[in-house]
Amino acid sequence: MSQTRLKTRFDQLKAEGRSALVTFITAGDPDLATSKKLLMGMPGAGADVIELGMPFSDPMADGPAIQLGSQRALAAGMNLKNVLAMVREFRQADNDTPIVLMGYFNPIYSYGVDGFLKDAAQAGVDGFIIVDLPPEEEREFAIPAQKAGLDFIYLCTPTADDARLQLIADRASGFIYYVSITGVTGTASAVTSDVDAAVKRIRQHSDLPVAIGFGINTPDQAKTMAGLSDAAVVGSAIVKRIADNLDENGKAKAGLSEAVLSYVQELADGVRAAKA
Amino acid sequence: MNTPNTFMAGPDEDGRFGIFGGRFVAETLMPLILDVEKHFNEVKDDPEFQAQVQGYLKQYVGRPSPLYFAERFTEHCGGAKVYFKREDLNHTGAHKINSCIGQILLAKRMGKKRIIAETGAGQHGVATATVCALFGLDCTVFMGATDIERQQPNVFRMKLLGAEVRPVTAGSGTLKDAMNEALRDWVANVHDTYYLIGTVAGPHPYPVMVREFQKIIGEEAREQIMEQEGRLPDMLVACVGGGSNAMGLFYPFLDDTDVRIIGVEAAGHGVDTDEHAASLTGGRPGVLHGNRTYLLQDDDGQIIEAHSISAGLDYPGIGPEHSFLFDAGRVEYHSIKDDEAVAAFQLCTKLEGIIPALESSHALAEAEKLAKQMSKDEILVVNMSGRGDKDVNTIAKAMGTVL
Repeated sequence: MSQTRLKTRFDQLKAEGRSALVTFITAGDPDLATSKKLLMGMPGAGADVIELGMPFSDPMADGPAIQLGSQRALAAGMNLKNVLAMVREFRQADNDTPIVLMGYFNPIYSYGVDGFLKDAAQAGVDGFIIVDLPPEEEREFAIPAQKAGLDFIYLCTPTADDARLQLIADRASGFIYYVSITGVTGTASAVTSDVDAAVKRIRQHSDLPVAIGFGINTPDQAKTMAGLSDAAVVGSAIVKRIADNLDENGKAKAGLSEAVLSYVQELADGVRAAKA
Repeated sequence: MNTPNTFMAGPDEDGRFGIFGGRFVAETLMPLILDVEKHFNEVKDDPEFQAQVQGYLKQYVGRPSPLYFAERFTEHCGGAKVYFKREDLNHTGAHKINSCIGQILLAKRMGKKRIIAETGAGQHGVATATVCALFGLDCTVFMGATDIERQQPNVFRMKLLGAEVRPVTAGSGTLKDAMNEALRDWVANVHDTYYLIGTVAGPHPYPVMVREFQKIIGEEAREQIMEQEGRLPDMLVACVGGGSNAMGLFYPFLDDTDVRIIGVEAAGHGVDTDEHAASLTGGRPGVLHGNRTYLLQDDDGQIIEAHSISAGLDYPGIGPEHSFLFDAGRVEYHSIKDDEAVAAFQLCTKLEGIIPALESSHALAEAEKLAKQMSKDEILVVNMSGRGDKDVNTIAKAMGTVL
């Protein structure tokens, strides 16, 4: 396996004896300039891996917080080309923090898979989480992405039996993303004992790092989940902080990015305390 | 492109009709979707299950629905003989019940306790609430807030039937948004919930399953026209939103290449405006709601809101099999504007004493145009997919009448 940014980062954290904090924001939420500031500030606030949402008009696996974030980004003029431009700019300042693009397939399909993979690789993207591409549709994008040297991160859910876990483990690269609730993003909290058992099951099938997400809503939960796995993913809770710092016209209030980044710092402190 | 031996072979084992269809869903749903497919494959050739479905269709739905020679409509057009396939006479007033009977029996067999559905015009919601009442299952219907506004009679009907109607305010509050919300609910309740999709769209196996439960429309029409005319029709016409009434009528005739087949999309204010719902005429292939199909979308692949006066056609996509038949050239797809549909609604009501659904009125408007160009010894069958009682408020508004 080649030494990708994701692998380097997870190896390094393993050596440090701690788990990763993976933070999610939607590119362009609430506007392009603020979003760029948030992205640039993430590593400094303690994000080890960044998930950058590619906004989509119909985010079927997302709860209200991320739906609204996606709408704000689209209204602000975000599109896939601009998402890649943001990553390119980030890479000029930071060549180490992995960036995983997360979203739905249609904008990529519309862009053209081959052209998108080429442009994404050049921009410095490390991998993808595409919610509506299960292993059954791997030929569409996952296989071409992995051939292009980029990671395709599969989601794994409480509904998977052992055969399905194996199917996913055989295909996954980068890390395995365990969806800790049956539900859309940000709508429920994960149950610790269930997650613990699930992570142990996944580890029987794969040596890849396991990240936990969809059900982490507080720094305390981030700490708990980081203790059970290799990474805690926090999305909706961060996006809610963005929403909390908008004025009545939906524009960013002064201090939005500081407020959001200081929350990321709290999450990072939680995660860093987990295996200390 | 070579002409295939048959147009009836799809989908393949991956749920594809050519490049269309597939299973583009969240991982959480995949095991359940595979389970639905497994159960559907078990029942589709099971005589006992089929007999059960047939029993309900006959005694509860009232099938077969008549194939009615619309003499005055024919006279008005002055061309082809026009027959109406009377799906409006089914229990609950539309073709939607056909697939609901099949799917609810499947859901029961899978041991599911709760049914969810999306609805646009409310016809599928009513049909779903009806079968849930019949079988004593819990029912939640997702409906766009805009649609709730324009389809009040159906909303109240669903509530009377014991269903919870959950308004969806996201997006433009129409069918697409209702489907998003139903999918979100399903992800959260996979263990006990069955998603009863109302049209030939969504992830495999829904497009094929709904077609199989709807193809009785075409099978009956075929038998009835042979009985009444001694030959097959020259033309079939049906409206297309997601496209289930059309697939139901068309499918048994797909390999009869002498039968010209026309699907009618909703042109809203015109396909040259940005307010229409004609995804084949005005869209391009993309991926939404579990399948690849023609979609209304912008340059970035963001889905564009559809517009039609008819809530049942107000959807920016179409069933994947229609996309396949469109690309293959087997079915032609035309479009009818809001005002043309309203005119056909009034015409049919006055000439035939049949109040057609606004959806079906699109098919009638196109049938009127086409019949006029045909000779008197030709035969045209139009699918009267539903009745229009639910639409009288919308029509009154379009006519400038205050009720």
